Amino acid sequence: MIAVDDLNVTFHNGGRSIHAVQGISFNVAAGETFGIVGESGSGKSTVLKAIAGLVPSTSSVLEVDGRPAARRRSRAERRLLQLVFQDPYASLHPRQTVDGILREPLVIHGVADIDDKVMAAIADVGLLPMHRFRYPHQLSGGQRQRVAIARALILRPPVLLLDEPTSALDVSIQAEILNLLANLRQSYSLTCILVSHDLAVVAHLCNRIAIMQLGKLVEIISAADLRSGTVTADYTRELIAASRGFTRAPSQNQVVLS
Amino acid sequence: MTDPLLTVEDLNVTFPGRETAVRAVRNASFTLGRERLGIVGESGSGKSTTGRALLGLVPRPGIVTAKTMSYAGQNLLQCTERDWQRLRGRRMSMVMQDPKYSLNPVKTVGAQIGETCLLHLGMTRKQAAARTLAMLEAVRIRDPELTYQLYPHQLSGGMGQRVMIAMMLVAEPDFLIADEPTSALDVTVQNEVLRILDDLVSERGMGLIFISHNLTVVSSFCDRVLIMYGGKIVEECAARDLQNARHPYTRALVAAAPSLDIQRTELATVTRDPEWLK
Ligand SMILES: Nc1ncnc2c1ncn2[C@@H]1O[C@H](COP(=O)(O)OP(=O)(O)OP(=O)(O)O)[C@@H](O)[C@H]1O
Ligand SMILES: Nc1ncnc2c1ncn2[C@@H]1O[C@H](COP(=O)(O)OP(=O)(O)OP(=O)(O)O)[C@@H](O)[C@H]1O
Ligand SMILES: [Mg+2]
Ligand SMILES: [Mg+2]
Repeated sequence: MIAVDDLNVTFHNGGRSIHAVQGISFNVAAGETFGIVGESGSGKSTVLKAIAGLVPSTSSVLEVDGRPAARRRSRAERRLLQLVFQDPYASLHPRQTVDGILREPLVIHGVADIDDKVMAAIADVGLLPMHRFRYPHQLSGGQRQRVAIARALILRPPVLLLDEPTSALDVSIQAEILNLLANLRQSYSLTCILVSHDLAVVAHLCNRIAIMQLGKLVEIISAADLRSGTVTADYTRELIAASRGFTRAPSQNQVVLS
Repeated sequence: MTDPLLTVEDLNVTFPGRETAVRAVRNASFTLGRERLGIVGESGSGKSTTGRALLGLVPRPGIVTAKTMSYAGQNLLQCTERDWQRLRGRRMSMVMQDPKYSLNPVKTVGAQIGETCLLHLGMTRKQAAARTLAMLEAVRIRDPELTYQLYPHQLSGGMGQRVMIAMMLVAEPDFLIADEPTSALDVTVQNEVLRILDDLVSERGMGLIFISHNLTVVSSFCDRVLIMYGGKIVEECAARDLQNARHPYTRALVAAAPSLDIQRTELATVTRDPEWLK
């Protein structure tokens, strides 16, 4: 469903260039949920944006459902793929109410029963009818994130790219969203890429997981390998150890604050 | 415990609405010493609003009332806007939940952090630049010189979060509210940022309120935890005892978290009981 071969993304800033993504390749089968974890700034969000055609990239192959990911997408292509951004604030229009935000894609695509669908979408992500006519700034951080997820799901897209969808949510709402995604996967063939820092979340939802560091792919492992710690790269091992919680013992390369 | 830095008694925050008012915080009472106090709880339970009330940052038309709200002997309930600004500049500070929203989009990272040094610490431009670079390095930014020149939209989520932390820390506050400060960081960087906060508490005696959804982090990092539900503090416990908490909401939270060790087909969800708000 998603094919990525030798993907590269370079940003230019002043005289310097930032090689955000360097020669990444992977495939995601129809109906599969593929996870990406890795260092902050390693290019995870940029990979998703490149697949969605939101940043310029070079590659030998970059396809979604057999079609090249282009920068300008037609209406049908936008319906095929939805992206939930890491920053819910940045992606929600500040002067639109929750109702307006959810209604817009339905109107654009000429869908019937709009009111019912809006109400159902609000309930699906654990929000209440009273949130329907609020503006983003009148919601808590997690409530805003749920609005962004509801909007991405409202057209039931076959491909969903999720960038840290639950990091702003408490674990009870996170459980509801993860269960919702798992159920959608069963009710129709949903192909997902999930970026998360929470190894337990990716192990729960994903079949295979890519580990990224400094713009490169470190390795691709199965969820079972992640659980059992059967990994080859040191970096992956460090991640697993660090996910067990904070330890008060000082690290070796500690920087002393002046 | 040492003398409390902060004392809060019967704090209430209400947002009047067209039909019904939202009671974002209800009758909250707690104290903070030179320690790490965690706040966990459902999304929308009033964690950020509690933090904002302590810094005089509740937006209009929100109403804040309390029996006592004092910080280092100063009565916060009588603060004028000027008093608040003076307090927030140097002594107390908050790392906001939405880093990119809280950063100024048209200023580079270096200019924003440097501004605090110039304004509140009375440094020269050169000193400010040096201090800014040192702070970026302290929060484990890979390439501080490059990041110094970037605008907020050019940062990754976790870089934005660390820039926010660096900006709050340059002022060396003695009271810091960190609202989801590490949710966008990978776990190794997260632990290093926690170590910085930890040092500030144990070596400089800073008081820290640490708001987080990550129960593993809260129970391994904090000293005490407040659990909020529907604007109320429903339980308080020692952080290491979080796994054995008594309140049904806390227990449900612990059960809803996925784990690397146990595989489940479906995650437990929380059935909310109106009794919890009584
Ligand atoms: N528009 C841009 N202009 C310049 N550099 C950019 C831009 N967007 C991203 N970058 C840079 O690309 C690199 C990768 O960023 P990206 O957002 O993909 O990281 P990430 O893996 O998602 O990190 P995080 O986990 O912190 O969200 C970073 O060094 C970032 O500064
Ligand atoms: N300006 C506002 N106007 C009306 N209601 C508001 C406003 N700000 C917050 N609220 C409401 O107050 C309640 C508490 O919000 P708060 O942001 O404190 O929650 P939180 O515990 O930080 O949640 P999260 O974990 O999702 O960030 C929520 O129900 C929210 O919708
Ligand atoms: Mg990212
Ligand atoms: Mg909040």
